[in-house]
Amino acid sequence: MHLVDNVLLNIVLMTLIKFAGFVLAFVMGIATVLTWAERKYSAVLQNRIGPNRANLGTIRAGGLLHMLADPIKMLTKEDFAPNTPNPILFRLAPLLAFVPALLVFAVIPFGPGDNFQVSNTSLGILFIFAIASLNVYGSVIGAWASNNKWSLMGGLRISAQMISYEVAIGLSLCGIFMIYGSLDLQDIARRQGQLLLGFIPAWGIVLQPFAFVLYLACAIAENKRAPFDVAEAESELTAGYWTEYSAMGFAMFALAEFIEVVLIGCVGTTLFLGGWTIPGLHGDAWWIVVLEIGGFAFKTVFLIWLQMTIRWTLPRFRYDQIMRLGWRILLPAALLNLVVTGIVLTFVERA
Amino acid sequence: MAKVVNRMHPDFATQSYVIEAFKGVALVTRQFARNIFAKKDVVTVQYPEDRRPYTPRFRGKHRLMLRDDKSVRCVACMLCATACPANCITIVAQQIDDPAIEKAPSSFDIDLLKCIYCGFCEEACPCDAIRLDSGVHTIPSFTRRDQKAGVINLLSLGTASIAAQGGEHRAHSHEGTAHGRSSGH
Ligand code: SF4
Ligand code: SF4
Repeated sequence: MHLVDNVLLNIVLMTLIKFAGFVLAFVMGIATVLTWAERKYSAVLQNRIGPNRANLGTIRAGGLLHMLADPIKMLTKEDFAPNTPNPILFRLAPLLAFVPALLVFAVIPFGPGDNFQVSNTSLGILFIFAIASLNVYGSVIGAWASNNKWSLMGGLRISAQMISYEVAIGLSLCGIFMIYGSLDLQDIARRQGQLLLGFIPAWGIVLQPFAFVLYLACAIAENKRAPFDVAEAESELTAGYWTEYSAMGFAMFALAEFIEVVLIGCVGTTLFLGGWTIPGLHGDAWWIVVLEIGGFAFKTVFLIWLQMTIRWTLPRFRYDQIMRLGWRILLPAALLNLVVTGIVLTFVERA
Repeated sequence: MAKVVNRMHPDFATQSYVIEAFKGVALVTRQFARNIFAKKDVVTVQYPEDRRPYTPRFRGKHRLMLRDDKSVRCVACMLCATACPANCITIVAQQIDDPAIEKAPSSFDIDLLKCIYCGFCEEACPCDAIRLDSGVHTIPSFTRRDQKAGVINLLSLGTASIAAQGGEHRAHSHEGTAHGRSSGH
């Protein structure tokens, strides 16, 4: 009991438990399922069958065992390194991509109250921006250290894309901060639990529908998935920045991408779909809390599904189109959205 | 008559891309639902278990045809070996007793690694003795050594042909189609 009294230890322990519970179990769980789901889903909607060969004896479970087979394969394959002057950077890059992607979840509120948020900081969304954009370093450094021209081209493209869309995504979310008057994600989520005019949930998507579209476009662009996947662009650049990676290095890049898919889902849920709140449901009863966490998971999965479907629907943009879209369309649109929000807010406050 | 080309004039909604993107999402989702509930659009063939049948004109591994008495139809005329663009047919001829036939191969080898399955040998053969219609896809192997066996002795692979052919051993079942020894090849 002496130990538990120790406040610091208590905090560290709680943080670790929460991290394990939400980030490792929830986020990594979804990301792992995504490695299978993406292949299976794309197969079914393209009139194919998809992975179904991994088996334990006669059990195939519709290809679900690929989730087990993949890590085994990734761990036992040769971890090839090209003849590069930067072997250390080459090894470091997958970690640089992977760790920030996981770290961001520290501020996501998975449910009501501090118990369901690894770290409740009033910085909230700023922390997400700061850390999430770090993982571009992983890709760029990996591309540079690969000593491969295709990789380098991929790296250049990511960095340009990241810079362009980071601006637009930040501006597109400013409207949300203005309306809810907070950067704290827990706060924003709670305020979305209120009702407008008594029956419309005060969700971000209702108040800022335009910003939601901008957010989704920019977020997918930052995650460099189709239709913004020029950084990989297998028809042009072999596999872009991860051409030279094999085995676990490759797996970490791929997993980081899937984790970011979950991240976009979580942030989108928190800012636009009401977070963990369920309209008309308030209280501290345990079943309400369970429902709310379930609601959060459901909304996140919905946004993940949306991203996946968009990814398998739209063809890849050309590189110059992406740059033009970012600077000439999304950025002014985000600014316009901000101005209109500001004007409307002023009038509402006067009234 | 001049053909009127209907050019697309996408309206603003189309050009803004967002609405079209969501229409695309709807389309893809509909197809997903169709494929989940009914597999009739799925085109995948589960290869090792199910195989797609070859077309009748598929040119596979060669086979040598036989006469009714099970002797080989080939008369070692070398036409196929001459026609072969890959130079992969090796025939060793021998004399046989039948004066109407005179020659037969004592060995007939094709190097399947060189063969390009063009079917020229089949075209060239005047006796319907060599065919590529066995429907056997050449078997792959893990080592180069195994592929040396690609040189097959076709004399062991023969099958009967019903096309008429001369020679003493000609079977009587084809009487209506040829007359005694005089029918040539
Ligand atoms: S199929 Fe063509 S290449 Fe093959 S043996 Fe016949 S003639 Fe030669
Ligand atoms: S062309 Fe026909 S008959 Fe002549 S050698 Fe070739 S297989 Fe035999």
